Amino acid sequence: MTRTLISDAELRRPRTRAAYFAVLALVTVLFGLVFFFPLYWMASSALKTPSEFALSPPTFIPESFEPGNYADAWSEMRIARYFANTAFYALGGWLVQLVVDVAVAYALSKLRPVFGRLVLGLMLASLMLPAAALLVPAYLTVSDVPIVGVNLLNTPWALWLPAAANAFNIYVLKRFFDQIPDDLLDSASIDGAGRLRILWSVVLPLSRPVLGVVSIFAIIGIWKDFLWPLLVLQDPEKQTLSVALSRLSNTSQVPPTEMMAGLVIASIPMIVIFLIFQRSIVGGLSAGAMKG
Amino acid sequence: MAVSTTAKPGVARAGRPHHARPVRTGRRGRKVKDNLLAYAFMAAGIACFALFSWYPLVRGVILSFQQVNFVTDPYWVGLDNFRALFDDPLFWTAWKNTLVFTGLALIFGYAVPLGIAVLLNELRHFKAYFRVAVYLPVMLPPIVVVLLWKYFYDPGNGLFNTLLRGAHLPESQWTQSGSTAMISLVLVSTWANLGGATLMYLAALQGIPGELYEAAELDGASVWQRLRHVTLPQLRFIMLVLLLIQIIATMQVFIEPYQLTGTTNPDTITVMVLIYRYAFTVNHDFGLAAAMSVLLFVVLAIFSAIYLRLTRGGER
Repeated sequence: MTRTLISDAELRRPRTRAAYFAVLALVTVLFGLVFFFPLYWMASSALKTPSEFALSPPTFIPESFEPGNYADAWSEMRIARYFANTAFYALGGWLVQLVVDVAVAYALSKLRPVFGRLVLGLMLASLMLPAAALLVPAYLTVSDVPIVGVNLLNTPWALWLPAAANAFNIYVLKRFFDQIPDDLLDSASIDGAGRLRILWSVVLPLSRPVLGVVSIFAIIGIWKDFLWPLLVLQDPEKQTLSVALSRLSNTSQVPPTEMMAGLVIASIPMIVIFLIFQRSIVGGLSAGAMKG
Repeated sequence: MAVSTTAKPGVARAGRPHHARPVRTGRRGRKVKDNLLAYAFMAAGIACFALFSWYPLVRGVILSFQQVNFVTDPYWVGLDNFRALFDDPLFWTAWKNTLVFTGLALIFGYAVPLGIAVLLNELRHFKAYFRVAVYLPVMLPPIVVVLLWKYFYDPGNGLFNTLLRGAHLPESQWTQSGSTAMISLVLVSTWANLGGATLMYLAALQGIPGELYEAAELDGASVWQRLRHVTLPQLRFIMLVLLLIQIIATMQVFIEPYQLTGTTNPDTITVMVLIYRYAFTVNHDFGLAAAMSVLLFVVLAIFSAIYLRLTRGGER
């Protein structure tokens, strides 16, 4: 443990110590109120009857207990369908991203083709492109893909293919592959392994940590995305949970308690992923910060 | 730059001069094959980038000079789209609102995470609790955050007005009134996003060598002086980077105004909302939307260029 602004010696002084615990208590309570209370509010409101929900002042511990709201949201708001859609988009998008980006990163890192650096540079340049700049032309591209001329609107590919063009993933993967010694690959090659075989049996098993981080971020990214799915999935049957919740809250007469249940259901996978992979998520985040 | 795997032929020639020729052509053959293989590996990736980032960038610029009406082919109209933008009062409103949002988001979303990170770095207990608390909202789907806060902001029996009533304070119209609407949007956005910046600051704070604080303490620097003369200067780089990330992100704000106040409310319409509106709701005018995107892109590109410069400088 390195020392920080205030030293341990200072903290041992009775007055500083008292102040420290006062601040600690205050911050603990404040964080609970600011960051956890809204989530508690959401989950507990979903258990109320609509009339209790409308009470003013509100009840902080629900007097009614209507777990049926969750079931209603699941079936009547058809959350089950949107949930399944989103899970399908997230898993498919994760797979497509992983296959496409690993292949690019492997080729750039280990096969080192001519103009490889130019290709990498052009890909990295796209990181500087704000989504806003591409919104309209990318939409037009998806609606009528050049050369092949297919319409991807309302298909999963409208989410998967643009997501695969992820320069950040490629950069992170390439940096990791660069650290794998070429000798290891050469000896596999002498043993008769082809390039694909080397990727599969040597490079990928060594890259588990970085593949994990890339996977988590790919799934979180698709689950959280809103504007792009809003544009390319206008068919209600095909929508993601986020887009469907937005549409339902704008148009229909969903009771607020049912809506709250829907919000809780939409949050659960992200909260679970976060609690399980906290370390990699926070680590990946700070690594991103340090590398720029 | 394109030369990468050519170190070996020279060695081979020096070692076995007589076989130089056949070996070299053999190598060249293998090199061509390797390159073909490498590009086969990259084909899908290159196609995705070409279709969804390189080509749209060019097409967006072309679109901004075209009229698109879906009846005839798009035709060239020169600067008409830009002229139409400048004549639209909403264009100026959207820019003004966006700048207000970015400015407010900087005041809250920039200072608050820094303060929280410095504070959390000093607290020696419940570290995991604080980290989870501050980052949890970042994990939630943005639509969940925004819809939840919509209930909090409800002027009738929303939580916020209930609390104000309880404390005998004047109630607010929150997102419904012109003067508080923008600040209400910024509050949601800050709550949802400050965790990311906080954790980045925390990582940077943990990288500050403890000796610096020790030396300052020996010189008699008070806690405030240490904060001012050790902590802040050490964080200068990450502060600049986050400032630019924050500007670039907040200038593209969409979901908060879209969901909380709609696409027609002049009090909160932002550049992104207006682009969406031009292209996908009222006007169905892709040329106009593209022109607006190009302008936003130019502004953001300036910030991106500064960001790139800074991060490059930091790596060296």
